[in-house]
Amino acid sequence: MIDPVTLAVLSGRLEHIADEMDATLFRSAFNPIIAEAHDASHGIYDPESGDTLIQGKSGLPIFVGAMSFAVKMVIAKAARDGDMSDGDVYIFNDPYHGGTHLSDFRLVRPVYREGAVFCYLASVGHYHDVGGNVPGNYNPVATETYQEGFLMPPVKLFEAGSLRQDIVDILLANSRLPNSLYGDLNGQINALNLGVRRLEELLDQYGDATVRQAMDELKVRAAALMRSSIVKLPDGVYRAEDWLDNDGIVDEPLKLSLAIGISGDAMTLDFSGSASACLGPVNISRSTTIAACYVAMKHVFRDVPANSGVLEPIDFVIPAGSILCVEAPKPVGGYTETILRLIDLVFQALAEAAPELTNGCAYGTINALSLAGYREDGRRWVMFSFFGGGHGGHPEGDGLNHGNAPISTATIPPLEILEAAYPVMFRQWALRTDSGGPGRNRGGLGAVYEIEILERQADVFLFGERGRFAPPGVLGGKPGALNHFQYELDDRDYEPSFTSKMFGVNLCRGRAVRLESPGGGGYGPALERDPARVAEDVRLGYVSAHRARADYLVALLPDGSVDPEATEAVRRAG
Amino acid sequence: MTVTASRLVIGVDVGGTFTDVFVLDESSSLAKIAKVPTTPEDQSHGLIDGIRACVAELAEVITVVHGTTVATNALLERKGGRTGVITTAGFRDVLEMRRRDRPNTWGLWGTFEPAVARDLRLEVPERTLSDGTVRQPVDPASVKLAALQLLEMGCEAVAIIFINSYANDANERTARQVVEEIWPNESVTVSSEILAEIREYERASTAALNAILQPTVGQYLAALEDELRAGGFAGEVLIVQSNGGVMSVDTARAFPVRTALSGPAAGVIAAAHIGFEAGYPNLVTCDMGGTSFDVSLVTEGRASLSPQTSIGFGMVIRSPMIETITIGAGGGSIARVDASGLLQVGPESAGSKPGPVCYGLGNVHPTVTDANVVLGRINADRPIGGRLDRLDVGAAVSAIREHIADPLELEVIPAADAILKVANAKMASAIRLVSIERGHDPKHFAAMPFGGGGALHAGALIREVGLSHALVPRYPGVTSALGCVIADMRHDHVHTINRMLDELDFSALDAEMVARAADGREVLDRSGVTFEGRIEEFELDMLYLGQTHTVSVSLPVGVNKGTTGIDRVIALAAFEESYRATYGRLLSGIPIRVMNLRTAVIGRRSRFDISLLAPSPVANKEAASRGTRRLHTGDNWVEAQVFDRLSLPSGARILGPAILEQPDATIYVDPGLVGEVDGFGNVLISEKA
Repeated sequence: MIDPVTLAVLSGRLEHIADEMDATLFRSAFNPIIAEAHDASHGIYDPESGDTLIQGKSGLPIFVGAMSFAVKMVIAKAARDGDMSDGDVYIFNDPYHGGTHLSDFRLVRPVYREGAVFCYLASVGHYHDVGGNVPGNYNPVATETYQEGFLMPPVKLFEAGSLRQDIVDILLANSRLPNSLYGDLNGQINALNLGVRRLEELLDQYGDATVRQAMDELKVRAAALMRSSIVKLPDGVYRAEDWLDNDGIVDEPLKLSLAIGISGDAMTLDFSGSASACLGPVNISRSTTIAACYVAMKHVFRDVPANSGVLEPIDFVIPAGSILCVEAPKPVGGYTETILRLIDLVFQALAEAAPELTNGCAYGTINALSLAGYREDGRRWVMFSFFGGGHGGHPEGDGLNHGNAPISTATIPPLEILEAAYPVMFRQWALRTDSGGPGRNRGGLGAVYEIEILERQADVFLFGERGRFAPPGVLGGKPGALNHFQYELDDRDYEPSFTSKMFGVNLCRGRAVRLESPGGGGYGPALERDPARVAEDVRLGYVSAHRARADYLVALLPDGSVDPEATEAVRRAG
Repeated sequence: MTVTASRLVIGVDVGGTFTDVFVLDESSSLAKIAKVPTTPEDQSHGLIDGIRACVAELAEVITVVHGTTVATNALLERKGGRTGVITTAGFRDVLEMRRRDRPNTWGLWGTFEPAVARDLRLEVPERTLSDGTVRQPVDPASVKLAALQLLEMGCEAVAIIFINSYANDANERTARQVVEEIWPNESVTVSSEILAEIREYERASTAALNAILQPTVGQYLAALEDELRAGGFAGEVLIVQSNGGVMSVDTARAFPVRTALSGPAAGVIAAAHIGFEAGYPNLVTCDMGGTSFDVSLVTEGRASLSPQTSIGFGMVIRSPMIETITIGAGGGSIARVDASGLLQVGPESAGSKPGPVCYGLGNVHPTVTDANVVLGRINADRPIGGRLDRLDVGAAVSAIREHIADPLELEVIPAADAILKVANAKMASAIRLVSIERGHDPKHFAAMPFGGGGALHAGALIREVGLSHALVPRYPGVTSALGCVIADMRHDHVHTINRMLDELDFSALDAEMVARAADGREVLDRSGVTFEGRIEEFELDMLYLGQTHTVSVSLPVGVNKGTTGIDRVIALAAFEESYRATYGRLLSGIPIRVMNLRTAVIGRRSRFDISLLAPSPVANKEAASRGTRRLHTGDNWVEAQVFDRLSLPSGARILGPAILEQPDATIYVDPGLVGEVDGFGNVLISEKA
């Protein structure tokens, strides 16, 4: 048994190695989705099971859960082929084995000690463009994965330490932005090299056996802590349902259903009753479903260390043939929308079991917006970005205004950087009044972004959600505002027929698109909010006087303060 | 006017607990130090008390150089002036939307209070495009209306922040004129003046925080000057900036946000100078205070700068500052066993009030200092700083037993040892971050610990990281005050260019560089300070097309006969050299972009001769001995020699285990290490040969 002091020291050192790999890629990456939005992750994985042992703090949360499946895939391939050796690096983006979508390229490298694999290091990053029908790869009308981009099965990028240029050539030939891809790939290689170097230094200092023991012990402790958190919840079955707007192909809502069973120190997440696999790209693979649940659990039980021990006490029921368990070539490009909904389901279902641990749902959509065209001189441009929204109200206060998605820690590029890089001009970049879900603690506000095209023309693609089913509140809190998108064409405003998804509408110079993102759901009944706080919200323009009266039953005097008598009257009537 | 023999230069660093004073008499070359309690309600009282503790006649003082935490405290406590923002229509929420981040990776419970409340952020019609084209000229009438409205709402300060003003400041300048006609004081900040750099949130945040600080810092500096002058002071007051240079009071009033990390910066400047003179130009400085451990890198005698920092979540200040990695591992950092049974140290801290358990002021959670006391490293009968008579060892033992030893099933002594191991591991990580992880070989670096506690850990740290030596300065507890006396005057300017290298007009760039250098020299001239020399330094932030993170590229040129001689060949060669040094290899065939021009104009103040700090020639080692003390190291109790550090002569060699005591710090020489006093009174710790 490892002594507690060495364990504490090694825990910090190992986490630091993963952090340093993250930082290396962020600094040297070319595409803003990695460099600015930090859509990447690095970790250390078990040599036999592929389980996550150590994860960087700054990487994308959803990858924490997903990466172990990627490593498992490499372990299986190596066992089949029997040709893995020191200095090999595997590369692939197969979304059905290892989760997520084609944009995410994984590099997996075995670390050898004395002729045997000691552990794996892995790097995942979201590339700017990997082919397919839509620049940036959020194709809202894909019905097969072939329309979303090119799929690379696990192959060796490095063979015993030497780079296979033929593989690099294939990668570059399949992207609209090969320079960007080349830069990102180099960043990932640098990150893995650095990770190996640092890990070897640590192993030489402390000895392989001691580090191995520390890694195993950290996993055991995470599982034990998770069990001790579950056992505090009352036994029972807690249910929630939520919906996706549509799949981009058929305009029908898709149901997602969760029953959380708590029994002693074990938990079951049962997704029976969820919609069948759909035609469009909001399907996800089984491994992605599990990864999303990992993220949700870590948001609720945040003291549990980030490794695979978190999931050990949890059983999954994910029906075969459902939208949550698809296989190739079902399209999965919009996986972000579906996993955000799964996280919302966990928050809603757990609210009843653990009201003091949960929160209203966040804005619940990534809003992948792609504007693309050609400049006067014929150069191609692709502005691809994700947008923010409100977080849910929570036991300690109102939700954060304009936060990032729960599955990521991404920041948004400065609008001045976007304007300098692409022929666009923002007309507005503002908080969206009345978008936060009413509640004792209000949901945070979503945002309004209005973008004008400055070049001859541009094609506009949008992949969003929550256009018809707003982010729910919990414990009596009301939902936030719906996602809303519109674009200007022949002097009129249009909305996409699929409300939150749009394929290739062509806009000319001077026209604009306008995105209004959802706020977060409220926490607790709105009538329990102190009327003085409602008046303050109106004074600051977070809530309109009209909605203060309608949602909170609070009437205001002309000076903006609470009118106690009128409020009393409204509440008696309401 | 009285003719006096003395010419005193005084450095004053006001910290959270103590105000440190370092007095240098330029006529007699004598130095004096003092440490007095900080007066938090008005720092100037403690400052004047401290000066008076060393100086009889304020008239003899020619310069007071001040490192201040007034700005930092005002931001942390949100006690700046009531401030309004006038901004581009459609963008008043930039300051509140941040860069769409959240405070914690796990858990979605964050909140954020913007620096300026939403109702005090007013919009006016105007718009500049990213290429500098004015799409809509600003409407003066709207600006005037907005300013009047802010005044009516009780604002003391205002920031003017327009989109893309880095590319063309015409609209902001017009707005400034309109506002200044009616604004009743000088607290008007213009975003392109404080930071002409692309990235609207970072610029807006820096400008808004500057405006917030203008009334607070302005009033403080005015009161301070009045009080000094009333006492007969006729010299000049200089303020230390976060970039490690000093500026005049007038400049500080206009750009108070540049003082946000004033004190720590001065410490690094002192360390760099002492290290350079002592023959150690490559240093990792380790400033250990009550709540934090701050690490900076000095290479070839120069401190590294970073472009921005954040005071808490979302309060970004983008202004060149001495790069510092701060971790929660100070003397007051609390040790605990977390929910998964892991021993953790910090970031929670008992600070200096109530402080460690052994202070007996109410804290019951064991800290790093408590572990040092229990292991005998700190003398319980002679606490540093002079605030307490003695430390309560028994209370420290009980706290460690209850909170650490029992949960981990250890004895108290091994538990105390474990606290130090974990704390040292965290500090070592911070040192690795600035050294090894930036590609430096630790063998070529020495640690310079300062602050009260750094020298207790220096031996363990050099071993853990593989640094060559630890160099403990003569007065570790007043290093920042000493740095004030040493610091040069410095004026930084950043301007976004954002052009491809191949398309850049180098004669225009040359003209701009010459103009920026002239601006900087004018700031130096206005200060009235005499300099031994002036230099300009130019850097370009450059990157490959498609990247978003820049590499800072130092240009090997200066202004000579009205030109810098910069051209494309020089810029390209400098970029390739910097890029290769940062990332290893160049990327062929990808065009290069020039993002920002950074200009620094530095006025060299007269050099401080650190041999003034040398031990007395009559000092001898025997007289410095204070006998022995039992302390715990490794698995044993040993009898360690104890010395009065300031009484040790140059050339003294002390074999570990040993303790060197002085009023403001304690030095621990681990077994197997040796401490040697050099000719400047520094103690050099290294492995015994």
